[in-house]
Amino acid sequence: MLVYEWLILKQEIFLSFLIVGILLLWLFRDISNETWIRIMNIFLFINILIGFTGFHYGKLFGDTFQSSPLILFEKVLLSFALWLISLFSYDWLRKMKNLPEFYLLLLTSLLGMYIMLSASNLLLFYLGLEMSTLPLAGAANFEFNSKKSSESAMKLVLSSAFSSAILLMGISWLYGMMGSLDYAVISTQIGHSPLAVLAFLFILSGFAFKISAVPFHLWTADVYQGAPVAVTAFLSVVSKSAVIMVMIPFLYQTFEEKIDVWYPALIMLALASVLVANLFAVQQINIKRLLAFSSIAQVGFLLIGLSAHTQTGATSVLFFLIIYLFSNLAAFGVVSVFSSEYGKEEIQQLSGLYSTHPFLSWVLALSLFSLAGIPPTAGFFGKFFLLLSGANKGNYWVIAIAAINMVISLYYYLRVVKTIFMNHPVSPMENKPLAFPVRLALVICLLGILVVGFLGGFYEHIFQLLNGIN
Amino acid sequence: MNLLLLLIVPLIAAIGIMLSPRVSAVRQISLAASLVQLMLVGWLLFQMLNSRSVSAQPLYFEQVYQWFPSWNIQFHIGVDGIAISMMILTALVVLAGVLVSWQESILPKEFFFLLMFLSLGAYGFFMARDIFTLFFFLELAVIPKFLLIGIWGSGQKQYSAMKLALMLMAGSALVFVGLTGIYLEAHSFDLTVLSATHFPVAFQYLFYPLLFVGFGIFAALFPFHTWVPDGHASAPTAASMFLAGISMKLGGYGCLRVASFLMPDAAIHYAPVIIILSTCAILYGAFVTLMQSDLKYMNAYSSVSHCGFVMLGIGVFNTTSVYGAILQMISHGLMTALFFAAIGMIYYRTHTRKIPELGGLLAKLPFISTVFVIAGLCSLGLPGLSGFVAEMTVFVGSWENKSLWVRLATILSCASIVVTAVYILRASGKVIMGPIRETFVNLSDAVWYEKMAAIFLLAGIFVMGIAPFLLQYIIGNEAAAIVKQGTQVLINK
Repeated sequence: MLVYEWLILKQEIFLSFLIVGILLLWLFRDISNETWIRIMNIFLFINILIGFTGFHYGKLFGDTFQSSPLILFEKVLLSFALWLISLFSYDWLRKMKNLPEFYLLLLTSLLGMYIMLSASNLLLFYLGLEMSTLPLAGAANFEFNSKKSSESAMKLVLSSAFSSAILLMGISWLYGMMGSLDYAVISTQIGHSPLAVLAFLFILSGFAFKISAVPFHLWTADVYQGAPVAVTAFLSVVSKSAVIMVMIPFLYQTFEEKIDVWYPALIMLALASVLVANLFAVQQINIKRLLAFSSIAQVGFLLIGLSAHTQTGATSVLFFLIIYLFSNLAAFGVVSVFSSEYGKEEIQQLSGLYSTHPFLSWVLALSLFSLAGIPPTAGFFGKFFLLLSGANKGNYWVIAIAAINMVISLYYYLRVVKTIFMNHPVSPMENKPLAFPVRLALVICLLGILVVGFLGGFYEHIFQLLNGIN
Repeated sequence: MNLLLLLIVPLIAAIGIMLSPRVSAVRQISLAASLVQLMLVGWLLFQMLNSRSVSAQPLYFEQVYQWFPSWNIQFHIGVDGIAISMMILTALVVLAGVLVSWQESILPKEFFFLLMFLSLGAYGFFMARDIFTLFFFLELAVIPKFLLIGIWGSGQKQYSAMKLALMLMAGSALVFVGLTGIYLEAHSFDLTVLSATHFPVAFQYLFYPLLFVGFGIFAALFPFHTWVPDGHASAPTAASMFLAGISMKLGGYGCLRVASFLMPDAAIHYAPVIIILSTCAILYGAFVTLMQSDLKYMNAYSSVSHCGFVMLGIGVFNTTSVYGAILQMISHGLMTALFFAAIGMIYYRTHTRKIPELGGLLAKLPFISTVFVIAGLCSLGLPGLSGFVAEMTVFVGSWENKSLWVRLATILSCASIVVTAVYILRASGKVIMGPIRETFVNLSDAVWYEKMAAIFLLAGIFVMGIAPFLLQYIIGNEAAAIVKQGTQVLINK
């Protein structure tokens, strides 16, 4: 085997070295938190750049590990999101004890996602999935003094263990039937036996748990509310995106033959998610819980696009994920500033924010408009294409229900905007200047929200990457 | 001329406003931008008329850019006579809006920024020749409208802002479902391509109502007009002018350009429903206006009534009535903007909009009072002003339809003019005439920017009222073409 064949593992190798390096540095050097954050931000940025160094195609380990431009692109996206999270959590991270642990946990989780994305074998996939989930429970418990944080970690562990068990059950049945866990084998031999359908449904519900689609969503709101904002952002953006990215080839190629099972299942999950999440979101008073339900609703929209089973459908899903990344991270970035600086997480406490923090207000408002799908933000384009591709089988009623839900969702996003811009301040907040990394992260997100939607060329690039997806 | 200029100017102005340090600079930039826009539109009209005298084309200044090739979506813009006349309306109303809000003291930067953004959406909407682009510009207005009403409004402003945003979003949602249907049928969003496509009749029957009601919500189609009174009454003056003057026209234009133009079979099939609904709107709006004591509510309900004429014209769908509908859109846009401007000026001085609390303003505010009366007379359809031309054309058009029911609807709609006269004359009498109240003795008349705003709108009203043949020359053929397209499809079947 030649050395350069191993270079398709470049990102995984880099991350592994980074993780070990953090451990060693932590052992032997006493470094201040600020320096840690600075070093880590630089390395996380390098991690993004490594994605652009070539070595696109290849297979390793008896064809269980593969790489392609698409997978590389997806890994870069995830790394980018982690970098943004690290930037905007600056204020919160600065005050933490055991700061390196935070990076250790999140980097391990990211490594797990890389493996999950590259896997072409269910066993390796399962390894990656577990590796990406378990560290997050530790990260969710990162505020040691807060009971809510521990509660959220406990809930995350239990629910993810439960969903993994279901997933594993499905995987083992498939192995029992076919004697192989390779995607290639599964896609040709799965057949139409009832056991295969059941096994597939188990796997699908495992996925649904991870992306918290209704009715597998019950853990989401509590975990999101209790966990520190940075971890919530990671859970809602990076974890979800990774699983949905895996679902694209999973449903379109590996289990293509089961389309008559997954298509109605996806539609049901999608409509349930959109409806239930919106109805719950309307009543929320805590902004993190609101964003939790809003992210469930967004997953519903994503699943509608995913159900299209076309190249344009896959493109719109990936395109929307990028937009969702910018919008949701911008919202969480602003929430993070308020929860770490002022200890405020309730919508009511944001009253009259505009008079003291105009920049943060605009960022939050535009990110919410983007989540609601209103132009000129990118969310409009994302939602439009998702629903347009979801309609390609002629099921207009699905699109009609989704469109009604866009109106409902606008209501609760507008409620926050209204509070920010139109209510009178309850307690005046002093305007502390934002730290440079926070400002950088928010400006990047804002640019993403305003620009990405218009970039037709970028959309076409993703379209090309997904060539041959079905 | 490059049409993109019309989008770039407001965009640059908006950015400039955000960056400018002083309030006076903000005002000057806005005024300069809206003046430039007016001149650009005028130049556009001039050039179009020039090139039309050489050879008539369906579309002028066309530009196509690839946008999302895998969806077959292009950024396709171009104008015809109808679009240009709507743009002139937009330019006049925006200019007047900027002038009227000259003294805006609460967050002036944000106010003018949002106003520029609103106008950007309107220009883009009228020049779009691709319904994806059109839809984009239609929804672009949601954010500015919501913020303008919610922050700078009066009365129940938060409630009104929320109601307006949600109802218009519901309209957009319906339009969106309709667009999805069109796309899956024709695999294109391009109006030029779509107008050559004949959609199956069953398809038209299903999707026409979605599109028509969706756009209809914007145009205050009865019974989806409920956002109009609250939204218009709570909005600040410039936003009211924009909402009533332009935003409602987006709906009418969309009904005509997208719904009826693309699906003529369904337009004729559903004509009775549309005619009944618009007659309801005309009568209901007129009678409800009678009951109002707040000047802004009065004008808002009268807008519902007047926009009913637009829908009536589109519903009857013959050459004259469609031409009348377009005239009514322009006329109502100018007239209602002028009315809101006058009400805003009165409110700014007297701090009340209640008719019983006002009186005898003519003595102290001669200019504003005159403007108020002219706007009112235009509203009740006095010959020589634009309202008469537009409403008369709609009536003549709908009378051409020989069906007894349509004639009955026409007669009823005509009768509403009497009601209009009652509320307009009563309000003018109470507010303008009579002895002056003691509290109003120290009021001072309009200043230069208010006068300018009124004069621009008055000029539009008088030109249209005295020389309607000018508009006939600009939009007559296009209006006929929209209908002819429809009837040709019917003949070919």
